[in-house]
Amino acid sequence: MPRAENICKSFSDKIVLNNFTHDFKEGKITALVGQSGCGKTTLLSVLMGLIPADSGTLIGFDKPISAVFQEDRLCENLTVSANIRLVTGKRFTKSEIEKELCAVGLKDCPEKPVRELSGGMKRRAAIVRALLAESEILFLDEPFKGLDADTKETVLEYVRTKVKGKTVIFVTHDMEECDTFADETVALTQLS
Amino acid sequence: MKKALLISAGILFWLIVWQVAALAIDSSILLVSPLDVIKRLGELIITADFWQSILFSSCRIMLGFFIGLVTGTVLAVFMGKFRVIRIIFSPLISVMKSIPVASFTILALFWIRSENLSVLVTFLICTPIVCSNMQAGIDSLDPKLKEMAKVFKIPALRRFSGVYLSQLMPYFRSASALAIGLSWKSGAAAEVIGIPDGSIGEKLFMSKIYLETADLFAWTAAVILLSLLCEKLFLLVVGILQKKIERM
Repeated sequence: MPRAENICKSFSDKIVLNNFTHDFKEGKITALVGQSGCGKTTLLSVLMGLIPADSGTLIGFDKPISAVFQEDRLCENLTVSANIRLVTGKRFTKSEIEKELCAVGLKDCPEKPVRELSGGMKRRAAIVRALLAESEILFLDEPFKGLDADTKETVLEYVRTKVKGKTVIFVTHDMEECDTFADETVALTQLS
Repeated sequence: MKKALLISAGILFWLIVWQVAALAIDSSILLVSPLDVIKRLGELIITADFWQSILFSSCRIMLGFFIGLVTGTVLAVFMGKFRVIRIIFSPLISVMKSIPVASFTILALFWIRSENLSVLVTFLICTPIVCSNMQAGIDSLDPKLKEMAKVFKIPALRRFSGVYLSQLMPYFRSASALAIGLSWKSGAAAEVIGIPDGSIGEKLFMSKIYLETADLFAWTAAVILLSLLCEKLFLLVVGILQKKIERM
């Protein structure tokens, strides 16, 4: 079971995380909620190993991970398929990738350069990329941000079917998302 | 198709302007008409001497371009990675960008034989252009994509081609296109000053001496066409290679 123990992180004088401890249930979806600036994304970055914690211990996070970042972090000059193949290698055929993209409403996009896509389309491409990458732990930082209600419903359903058996840690502001998507919710509070 | 038509229309417009100007001036020494230039080029094209000069200059100019391309790219990478190298080479690159081709050429004549002059001058012109463009590309590399590659544990070769190369290629392509054009300009200028036997520069110089304006224009047209051809061919090859690398 992935465990974060007494994680502390501060930037200059600002304490962002203070002794954060939690056992993330394996194969379950954990939502991290809280006000803007309370350290949700910082915590995610620490758990992903992108920034070091000032103190504390991470146990069980050394497995293959995957992520939908707060920004899409797609290579703008590559096509959507090329962005996916960048992380999956040759594990999926062209038609398999097309099928996955079709499931989130990106039927006509596989060979389009990312720079030609709208914000919502990029978000969906980033989600498909994260879900097709080989991983046991999946980090989702506001994954449904910028999606309209209908698309969000479709994508949410797609994500739900794809993350079965994976440990998912996701950040959101939306309590409705928590209720419909998460198995447990962890509230972070703003520290001074 | 529409774009090609518009470009053709633009070219046609200027050819008509040129033809009208030539008719108005009515002096084949001051300004020859485009038809005369095409006619003269047609006469030159069927001579062995024309192709020997083309081969002589093309080989040297493109050799200088390729050396400059590699040097500029490698230098940009090192300048991006090591601050001390950037501090040392930045003033040199700035100076190289500003020195007139004529100064380079006259100075270089003291050091090397005139037939190799265009290689050195082209190299000196290309290196700072490529270096500056590639440096701008390296500076604009998105560190968040580097983090993405780390999270997804993308293997080194795929990371290089997908994450870095895809971001740097637009800079590389524009640097190459600019450098090829300037290579031909500076290479031909260097040959006019050094007058190596059998070069395009020699032909340009001779046409000036003998007031053969049609020859001057015909050789100039040949240089422009060669420059465009080299640029298109090079970018085509780069595009094919890039796609192959991305598929690896």
